[in-house]
Amino acid sequence: MQTDLHLFAAAIFLPLAGAGIAGLGGRLIGDSLAKLVTLVCMAVATVCGILALCHGWSSGFAPHALLVSDWINAGGFEARWMLRFDTLSVTMTAMVLSVSLLVHCYSLGYMSHETMPVYRFFAYLSLFTFAMLMLVSSNDLVQLFFGWEGVGLASYLLIGYWYDRPAATAAAIKAFVVNRVADLFFLVGIGLIYVLFHTVQYDAIFASIPHVLGSDYTVLGTSVSLVELISLLLFIGAMGKSAQLFLHTWLPDAMEGPTPVSALIHAATMVTAGVFLMARVSPLLEFAPVTRNFIIFIGATTCFFAATVGMVQPDIKRTIAYSTCSQLGYMFAAVGVGAYQASVFHLTTHAFFKALLFLGAGSVIHAMHDEQNMFRMGGLWKKLPLTYGAMWVGSLALAGVFPFAGYWSKDAILNALWATQTGMSHYAWVLGTVTAFITAFYSWRLLLLVFHGSPANVAARDAAHESPLSMSLPLVVLSLGAVIAGIILAPFYIGEGQVLFWHGAIFNAPDNRIMENFEHVPSIIGLMPSLAGLAGIAVAYVFYSMAPRLPAQMASAFRPLYVFLLNKWYFDELYGFIFVRPYKAIARALWKNGEEGAVEGLPRDLVRLTSQSAAQAVRMQTGSIAIYAFTMLAGLVVLLTVALCG
Amino acid sequence: MTSAIAPIGLMPYLVVSAAMLVLGVFGIFLNRKNVIIILMSMELILLAANLNFVAFSSAHGDLSGQVMVLFVLTIAAAEAAIGLAIVTVYFRNRGSIQVEDATMMKG
Amino acid sequence: MIPQLVFYVFATVLLVSAVMVISARNPVHSVLFLILAFFNAAGLFLVAGAEFLAMLLVIVYVGAVAVLFLFVVMMLDIDFTKMREGLQHYAPLGACVGGVLFFELIMAFSDWKMVPASTIAPLTGAPGLTNTAALGTLIYTHYVLLFQACGLVLLVAMVGAIVLTLRDTGMGRRQIIDRQHARTPADTLELVDAPLGASVSAQGGFLRPHQSYHETSVPGSYASGGMIEAEKREEEV
Repeated sequence: MQTDLHLFAAAIFLPLAGAGIAGLGGRLIGDSLAKLVTLVCMAVATVCGILALCHGWSSGFAPHALLVSDWINAGGFEARWMLRFDTLSVTMTAMVLSVSLLVHCYSLGYMSHETMPVYRFFAYLSLFTFAMLMLVSSNDLVQLFFGWEGVGLASYLLIGYWYDRPAATAAAIKAFVVNRVADLFFLVGIGLIYVLFHTVQYDAIFASIPHVLGSDYTVLGTSVSLVELISLLLFIGAMGKSAQLFLHTWLPDAMEGPTPVSALIHAATMVTAGVFLMARVSPLLEFAPVTRNFIIFIGATTCFFAATVGMVQPDIKRTIAYSTCSQLGYMFAAVGVGAYQASVFHLTTHAFFKALLFLGAGSVIHAMHDEQNMFRMGGLWKKLPLTYGAMWVGSLALAGVFPFAGYWSKDAILNALWATQTGMSHYAWVLGTVTAFITAFYSWRLLLLVFHGSPANVAARDAAHESPLSMSLPLVVLSLGAVIAGIILAPFYIGEGQVLFWHGAIFNAPDNRIMENFEHVPSIIGLMPSLAGLAGIAVAYVFYSMAPRLPAQMASAFRPLYVFLLNKWYFDELYGFIFVRPYKAIARALWKNGEEGAVEGLPRDLVRLTSQSAAQAVRMQTGSIAIYAFTMLAGLVVLLTVALCG
Repeated sequence: MTSAIAPIGLMPYLVVSAAMLVLGVFGIFLNRKNVIIILMSMELILLAANLNFVAFSSAHGDLSGQVMVLFVLTIAAAEAAIGLAIVTVYFRNRGSIQVEDATMMKG
Repeated sequence: MIPQLVFYVFATVLLVSAVMVISARNPVHSVLFLILAFFNAAGLFLVAGAEFLAMLLVIVYVGAVAVLFLFVVMMLDIDFTKMREGLQHYAPLGACVGGVLFFELIMAFSDWKMVPASTIAPLTGAPGLTNTAALGTLIYTHYVLLFQACGLVLLVAMVGAIVLTLRDTGMGRRQIIDRQHARTPADTLELVDAPLGASVSAQGGFLRPHQSYHETSVPGSYASGGMIEAEKREEEV
């Protein structure tokens, strides 16, 4: 019990040490030493994390916690720094640390051509890892929110790493601001939790849920169930962090950051924090059916929307980013029907193959000397064989082809959606299956455009070379994970061993039998995702291998639809019109009229008034003796009058 | 009243004195010609005051009024002397004694 | 009857000449009208029985102050043809204010009351004296301090006038008294035997002192050649 807690603590705090040493002392100790320190800290932390996982496995994942320090104790509101050791946090920790270690290793090669020192980059990566681990290992909502904001901060720092690029800094600010909007709702949710439960500790909240199920809250004259309201607010917070529909606009822009950042943050870890939050508060969500319906709707619609946009993007990283957005939709749809275990399973497998896809794309970009437009690539499979193989593995896993990782998790989700026999879940199943088709389509579109066909730039293609070992090794490891993770983990996450494995970390209400029901769907339904995936692959071959002019003809034939998809359903323009322009107008008005008019104008006008009235008053000083004498006379007469008649 | 002033009465003296005062005051601010007119107007004012004193002294039979006139006369003479000395120096420095030219105190 | 007539004549001329003082174009005329005003005021004083003051007015005011005015007016050599006319847009307003002042003065004067005789005894001096003698008894007893103070005022005025107007150009002849005192007959006197009937020119003419005036005068003053320096200084200025 104590050993695993110590290992756990070491796993969580070593990245912080690495970040501190490299970030604060990087200029003193130099780049190479900073990189070494962070890598060593991450490696030791990963080993500790995996060992903690093994320990926990052998001890059955009984939930317990380690108190690090007290934090807030103010009039009944308590928050503490604690490390919660249960299945959800330990498995997430191990996953985050592994992917982060591989990304650190990859960055050694990817960032080797930078002109400025890169100790800052590694420090930020480790800082991000620490914040994510704090989030995952929290025992109360306040520490979770600390980690939430910490990963948002690290995301901002890393997206805008190349701060001399205006697009990068704008993207960083956009990511942070959109997350902030969602965090507002999240905070209100935490506040309401405190109002309802008088505590923010998980165990205390989950224990008292049965007592508060009937509580109502009057808002704008209508009364809503408090549990529903809290769940909705928490979900909106998750929407922002996980780039679901309406709060997704930051994710494609976040591709301005270096590719390792996209792999770590926007594929495997930060965007999954929303799903993690939903799984963590599953005891609450189970009693909020209306919210869960809403979650299904949002998740499914996001899934479909992102896939349609991803299939026409010319930028390689943006395609994969929309793919992430789409897969997150799957996870939320699963959360909505109550299949949290399937959702977390898909989260884990997705971490492997999405990180793999991003790192492979980074390898291609590195080889093509920072070219990111797929239409300017082509014919690279002979030059980059390892990357080619890795991308194949990742795409097969993404498309959900048996027996790769994605097959197990995605099919589980879609079966669960079908097995919940409600209208909303059937809507989600239809969209999910169509999305499976589109997912396979754009994955092979990427493969064919980048690695096959005739190169657009022959000189660039000839100059391309395979990546160094530091970049290839993570690709190999992740490929391994993408192949076997599904088969190995399925029995524990969603199979027969799930109750023992989860040990109560995820809660299913007594009437929620979805984790059993999803096994018993009609076989044709169970085959539909695989069929859709294979159909997508075939159509992609038709479009991009056999009839290369067909995509262009389709695009010009359906021009309005094509432009609509290419412009991301015009969400950015819509938000610009509704939010950004009025906000800028208000800010400008406040600046011009408020700040310059009133705040600066007040002393300025006072000064001007004073000097002008002084200038007027000075005109009394005529210097003319006659006028002075006359004034004296007039004064004398006035005095006399007053004396005589007063 | 003493016998001297009895046939005339006090009031005419006072009226003349008041008129002289007003004329003197006029002279101070109405003239644009030169500063010496101002000094002469001041003499007129002082003369009016003296007339007033003498009239009352005669009316009361009290000689204090005439003693006062003596002192006023002394002071008036002193003041005229100093005033003219100033005018002389002023003219030496400025070359003109126009009242309107003396505007150095203009704000 | 006669006193009233006399009074009105004097008063009329006085007021008319006061008006002329302030409105005459030629400043010399102004001064002359001032003198006339003083004379008539003296006449009024006489009618009121203050003969000493009347004479004093004539001697001091006319004889000293008005003459001083005349001196200065003549000395300043004002070109009165170039002078601008006086009364302008302030005239109506000034007339109003002046009229109000006059009216109020009359109002004030017409309301006077005599303090009851038992509280303050009028100072009349010894009875049976002339006006001058009575004034003298008052001045040198009751008002002697004020009298001395007036003397001081006059002293200050005299000093002030000199201080203001004295220009030390060194053009005047000045002497070194000590040197003059230290002169011996041997410096200046020479006894010559002159035969009777002989002319001075035959004897060699008048003798002049051996030392020139320049040596005995204050350096920088006129006699010592300071004239030349003063002229040089004025040329520089």
